[in-house]
Amino acid sequence: MHKIFDSAVALVFVIGLMIVAAAPLRAGPYEDSLARFLADSYSDTDAAIGGVAASGHVMAEEVIRALQDRRLMMSPGSKTIVIKGASGALRNAATGQPLAAPPADLTDVRINNRVRRAIDAALGSLTLLSPDARRRFEAAQAVFKSRDESALPALDTAIAKEISQGVRRALSQARAAVILMQSDAKEADKLAAVAIVRDRGDQDALAVLGGLPAETAAPVRKAAADAVGSIQNNLALWSGVQNAWYGLSLGSVLMLAAIGLAITFGVMGVINMAHGEMVMLGAYTTFVVQEIIRTSYPGLFDWSLAVAIPLAFLVAGIVGIGIERGIIRFLYGRPLETLLATWGLSLVLQQAVRTTFGPTNREVGSPSWMSGAFEVGQITITYNRLWIIVFTLLVFVALLALLRFTRLGLEMRAVTQNRAMAASMGIRTARIDALTFGLGSGIAGIAGVALSQIDNVSPNLGQGYIIDSFMVVVFGGVGNLWGTLVGAFTLGIANKFLEPYAGAVLAKIAILVLIILFIQKRPRGMFALRGRAVEA
Amino acid sequence: MFKPSAVAARPNRRQWLAATAGLALGLALASPAKAQETIKIGILHSLSGTMAISETTLKDVMLMLIDEQNKKGGVLGKKLEAVVVDPASNWPLFAEKARELITKDKVSVVFGCWTSVSRKSVLPVFKELNSILFYPVQYEGEESERNVFYTGAAPNQQAIPAVDYLAKEEKVQRWVLAGTDYVYPRTTNKILEAYLKSKGVAASDIMINYTPFGHSDWQTIVADIKKFGSAGKKTAVVSTINGDANVPFYKELGNQGIKATDIPVVAFSVGEEELAGIDTKPLLGHLAAWNYFESIKTPANAEFIKKWKGFTKNSKRVSNDPMEAHVVGFAMWVKAVETVKSTDPDKVIDALPGIEAPNLTGGMSKMLPNHHITKPVFIGEIKADGQFDVVWKTEGLVPGDAWSKELPGSKDLIGDWVTLRCGNYNTVTKKCGGQGT
Repeated sequence: MHKIFDSAVALVFVIGLMIVAAAPLRAGPYEDSLARFLADSYSDTDAAIGGVAASGHVMAEEVIRALQDRRLMMSPGSKTIVIKGASGALRNAATGQPLAAPPADLTDVRINNRVRRAIDAALGSLTLLSPDARRRFEAAQAVFKSRDESALPALDTAIAKEISQGVRRALSQARAAVILMQSDAKEADKLAAVAIVRDRGDQDALAVLGGLPAETAAPVRKAAADAVGSIQNNLALWSGVQNAWYGLSLGSVLMLAAIGLAITFGVMGVINMAHGEMVMLGAYTTFVVQEIIRTSYPGLFDWSLAVAIPLAFLVAGIVGIGIERGIIRFLYGRPLETLLATWGLSLVLQQAVRTTFGPTNREVGSPSWMSGAFEVGQITITYNRLWIIVFTLLVFVALLALLRFTRLGLEMRAVTQNRAMAASMGIRTARIDALTFGLGSGIAGIAGVALSQIDNVSPNLGQGYIIDSFMVVVFGGVGNLWGTLVGAFTLGIANKFLEPYAGAVLAKIAILVLIILFIQKRPRGMFALRGRAVEA
Repeated sequence: MFKPSAVAARPNRRQWLAATAGLALGLALASPAKAQETIKIGILHSLSGTMAISETTLKDVMLMLIDEQNKKGGVLGKKLEAVVVDPASNWPLFAEKARELITKDKVSVVFGCWTSVSRKSVLPVFKELNSILFYPVQYEGEESERNVFYTGAAPNQQAIPAVDYLAKEEKVQRWVLAGTDYVYPRTTNKILEAYLKSKGVAASDIMINYTPFGHSDWQTIVADIKKFGSAGKKTAVVSTINGDANVPFYKELGNQGIKATDIPVVAFSVGEEELAGIDTKPLLGHLAAWNYFESIKTPANAEFIKKWKGFTKNSKRVSNDPMEAHVVGFAMWVKAVETVKSTDPDKVIDALPGIEAPNLTGGMSKMLPNHHITKPVFIGEIKADGQFDVVWKTEGLVPGDAWSKELPGSKDLIGDWVTLRCGNYNTVTKKCGGQGT
């Protein structure tokens, strides 16, 4: 109660001051509204935005944009609102004149979510007539969301002048949404509006139809309920497509994490518990590359991942070769010792990274072409997931080609199939072992580059993937790259179709149980292959 | 007798690196105190393993506070000596290390633990050996123990005010309670669900979702939240998602285009430290509820931040809420010891309730008979630079409730170690030990 009273007093006080201060300037609605920014309360700022937008003043859009970018400042002492230009130059928002000396008490006009919503709504109605078609489209979307009644005249003008089909549709949808919110609109108009919103068919349309004001007449209500039903039916179909897409995306991540393991575990038969740490090293390589690019060549940031991929391959590959030469080669044929040694190694690597880079997460940015999303029908496809799927498939094809068409690949396959025979044909099997392990680790490093885009880069990054990777390789069939591919995507899609019904926790458990049952039936996985793992 | 540090006594392979660091710090701190008798303070925070991400900072802040106190002449004329151990994010090891600290190193007090499960694991040790633990992290409540002092927030000092803010300022009518699947989110969400229902929110307007630790594929859940939010009522997400899972969650929100103006997310476990690893631009306007933010402008806070950056020799180190809890807790312990002129646990435990210490946000926090403290509650919006902009705060300080008033099992319980000498006194049956849930 006190608060309301206080703010009322403050308001009266501010208005009083404003009248006194602004009277000689022949204050219009624009100046009156500007002065409300001085009250430094969110509700006054909210009202000020509405007032500035409605004033039709030439500076209105600039003021609101400045507020959006937090460049709008105020000086309570001299009662002026100041716009800070992109270059830091200060101008008086009321007159547009440059400010000679900045007032000492200049502070930001504060904004919160409520103010941000008001800004979006105001900019929406202000830019409905923008010469840029894209801006007009965005403005229409903003009005559709804000359903601000005062935008109606501007909407009508904009619809009459609009030439682009797509923008006109968006504008009419926005108009329909506004009409549905109006209390005094005619019933026939409202029914037409329901039909327009229904044709939009997405979740935003549901939000409009579900949020009709309480006094809406019964026939309109019924039409809206029918429309909601038909949109939901349509969306239910799309949600199947969406699950499949999410499954593909999860599958590609599993694939990426597991493909290196498919070589070290699948082909060589080494139970490498430090595999996840190779992924982590790749992610940290990306971080270091980005740090260098950020400080020295900021213009190249969009290329940072392209630079990081070969480097991550080299870093993880060299560490992998070091591990093979230093530890694993002494332990061939002793799976239990290998498991324990590599497990210990994984802890050493984690702690080494923790000591070097600190225990906290490191920020790896996304290049501009990996940020954001686009819509296909009623599902949202994010660019980073799309590129990760493409990248996974590229890595897979490259790896297959390497094994099939290069000398190294030929020697690897020879050693895997029959070590003694390969050795007697002059292949240096020890060298091939090291290179194979290096290749598997290097691929894991590349996976780290991609995973740094969706997961957090911390010393624990690898731990989260190690179990899943083994699951994929064992399920797909040890020693078979195609098995890994099919295994990863099967598990991904199965997980995503279970998740909406069972929840994330149960879905994961269910998948684990299913794999255990499957392994009982087919102990060698989906695609069993002969190899050293089988011989041993 | 001087012992460098407990870790150094028996290093195993896992803790090698942390041990070396701990030893160096221990030596550096303890050497001037070698000649005279010291008061030992145990620091029980994970320096390796999953929780190192959060707990290492708390070890650093304790070392700084002890260092500072020593510069002021120590306590009761004696220098303080830090004993750092590394429980390595391993819950049973917490209990072992706690026992080691109390029996072998004879520490007077322990500052430590982060997760509730680690606290529950050391509890029997502190009870059996009668020592003192200061626990600095916001937690699910439903506990009041004689040997533990809770300087973090209870649910009524964080979760409930945050929900009130959303309902009032953002006019939220539909709620998604999303959390990691363990005791803190489960209990907090149970409390919030009961609270929301008591405020007239229908069951169909509440969606509860749990995910495993370290969950990284948020596509389905974010899509579900979007769907839940399209019912024509203002929707918000109350997040008790813990630790590493937050980064991919926020990234997915940003990628799917959910802005704070559409569906705001208020988080109870995301602070300045966690945001240091994320590109915060897509998160503008999402919220967090804490009892301290680095961005709060008070002389005490400015001084603390300056000292902290100087101590860590890193101008980019941020400060966060649990750090402030240790600052307040440590000051309270020093005051209590000086009041009773002894470090005897029984005397200090009796002296602590009623002790006041300034917090960094300009108020005076007080230790309550239920061993929780009074705290201000702030709601902050994420800014582009990874800091928070305070958009709302409580008037005055909120006393912490050990037992939630919202849950049927605990609404009659109170903790009072001063007059009733009981942590779970049932006000209806007038009996101690009326354990509810």
